Amino acid sequence: MTEIAISTRDLVKQFKTRSGKIIAVNQVNIDIPRGETFGLIGPDGAGKTTLTRVILGLLSRTHGQSSILGFDSMHDTYAIRERVGYIAQQFALPADLTVKENMEFFANIQGVSREDQKKRVPQLLEFAGLSEFTGRLAGQLSGGMKKKLALTCSLIHEPQVVMLDEPTLGVDPVSRREFWNLLGHLRAEKGLTICVCTPYMDEAERCNRVGLMYSGKLIASDTPRAIKSCIQGHLLEFKPHQFVPAQKLVTEMPGVLEVQTYGAMLHVFVEDVGLRKPEIEAVLTAQGISFEPLREIEVRMEEAFISLIHREAANHQERGAIATPLGKMGL
Amino acid sequence: MHNRFRRIFTIVRKETIQLLRDRRTLIFILGLPMIELFLFAYAVTLSVNHIPTAVVDQSHDSRARDFINALQRSEYFDMKMVVANEQEIIQAIDSGQVKAGLVIPADFSAHIASGDANVLILLDGSDSFSVQSGYSAASAISQTYQLNLITEKVSKMGAGANSASSTLPVDTSFRVLYNPDMNDMIFVLPGIAAIILQVLAVGQSAMTVVRERELGTLEQIMVTPTRPIELMLGKLIPNMVLNLVVTVIILILGVFFFGMPFHGSVWLFFALAILFIISGIGLGLMISSVAKTQRQAQQMSMVLMLFSMLLTGVIYPRAPMPWIAQAIGSLIPLTYFIRISRGIITKGVGISLLWSDVVALIVYGVVVMIIASVSFKRRLD
Repeated sequence: MTEIAISTRDLVKQFKTRSGKIIAVNQVNIDIPRGETFGLIGPDGAGKTTLTRVILGLLSRTHGQSSILGFDSMHDTYAIRERVGYIAQQFALPADLTVKENMEFFANIQGVSREDQKKRVPQLLEFAGLSEFTGRLAGQLSGGMKKKLALTCSLIHEPQVVMLDEPTLGVDPVSRREFWNLLGHLRAEKGLTICVCTPYMDEAERCNRVGLMYSGKLIASDTPRAIKSCIQGHLLEFKPHQFVPAQKLVTEMPGVLEVQTYGAMLHVFVEDVGLRKPEIEAVLTAQGISFEPLREIEVRMEEAFISLIHREAANHQERGAIATPLGKMGL
Repeated sequence: MHNRFRRIFTIVRKETIQLLRDRRTLIFILGLPMIELFLFAYAVTLSVNHIPTAVVDQSHDSRARDFINALQRSEYFDMKMVVANEQEIIQAIDSGQVKAGLVIPADFSAHIASGDANVLILLDGSDSFSVQSGYSAASAISQTYQLNLITEKVSKMGAGANSASSTLPVDTSFRVLYNPDMNDMIFVLPGIAAIILQVLAVGQSAMTVVRERELGTLEQIMVTPTRPIELMLGKLIPNMVLNLVVTVIILILGVFFFGMPFHGSVWLFFALAILFIISGIGLGLMISSVAKTQRQAQQMSMVLMLFSMLLTGVIYPRAPMPWIAQAIGSLIPLTYFIRISRGIITKGVGISLLWSDVVALIVYGVVVMIIASVSFKRRLD
């Protein structure tokens, strides 16, 4: 039987504001076994950060249960803090301390012995590629190096679980890749349980399982493959030269399940490629809309994610709820 | 327990590194009290010395010369010019050449002998400080000569020189007796030193916490096993050392530059100053748990400063204030320390006369630190 590292039961977090109550986390159930890398994905404002903070005991919960390694988030807060590493969304290590001073600060505050520090600090610096920069102020590091420093600081006490809140936000693709390679090593070598919030779909694909959050709820939770396979139909991609009329036209055609925009491209989900592809081509041509050839592509996390959110938003509206604007995802 | 001390020490070290690394702020923290000391000390010096004066001596005898010399020696009056009559004095005041005039009538010695001597002092009414100081000094000196002093206030504003004159009642001045060496600065300095210390202690400690909350570093520290009280103590200790350095600077400046006499025990003063600083830092930490931004913290500190200036007895005595003003004053640590500071520095008294204020400060410090730790949110919401 696999041991559960992070667990929530019917977890609810409500904020009271002047304009009323906001349910940031709504009846969330998660079980993350030890050694798993779990990705929390969802649009901005979906409740990923709040969920992470409640599980860590940084915010109080309104209802339900949450625990890490069997320690209750609210009651055993300090036991959790000795065993868990955390990187907040905003990079928040003291900027006026050097790389080395930052590491020593977190090592000492976590009660890491001097001998262990002597061993671990150079190891972690080497591992993160920061060995040359020990004397540099944290505030003067590049974005990617800052994230790596935050990771090394959160690992200095050899936690069993790390929770990373959008750790690669604002980091260039190369540094992002490096950062994820570091995480991969940690998972392989130390059996670290990782819970990571991310807006990047390529990062979501690297997780063992992903949980998709939308307006406070966990609307899907499975392996990336399973989530992709639950999307019905096949995906056609093409670039029309008159974007808006083409989108309108295709959306209203029979046999088209869903249309998503992807830059200057349209992504069209159809039940049957062989039947619908010529139909779409015919309709577009009839309307005088020129286009680059249609081709079938494989459904990626990104399309699955948007499709699931579309579905959930539609359910929402049916129930009379107000749809949340999905700003960052460009929906 | 071992871990607890280690965490406190770790935070102390971090705070110290950050404090020393931010040179500009450090210079500001150390330099500002000095500037404040100079500004306050000179601004609150209310008496005016060396008032330029014109003299009309219609007597020309030895007693008249004695009296003029006495005024000159007091250093309150500078005999700038000798004129013929009262009209010329008023003209001189009007033209701004002098701010005061003295008229000694004829047969001065004879009148003194018979006990009905009169002397007229004219003062520039547009300068209230000169009027007050000049009046106080002249009436005190006149008394020793058993003169009836007739004082006229001349307003430079009016068109007719005579029309605006009024006669002040002849009275003994309590001011001069109260502060016999006539040096307000010496009396005011211990109070100013205390105000500066409180402003620094409260402001600095509130800032260190609120800034970390704004930057987000507090969140990163909160997910470590650090307890609120450890964080508070870790912030308190380096701030206290900084405040003590400032105390030393202020005292050295006060004693060696301003010539402030230090009558009591320096050690007792420092011991009680530490107590006062802890109270101030506690108050600052309390503010930090209410203030969400640095700007709010700054504004709260400003309000506290205003109340401190007005209600703690630094400038105005507390006794005649309405009870509500006194009650608000009692919530500010400065109220207690101002009496301690003046008691030790100016009067040279020991702890036996100060113990009630000392107990009040101890209670205050403990209560404020407890409130600060309890109200410091373990969580972010």
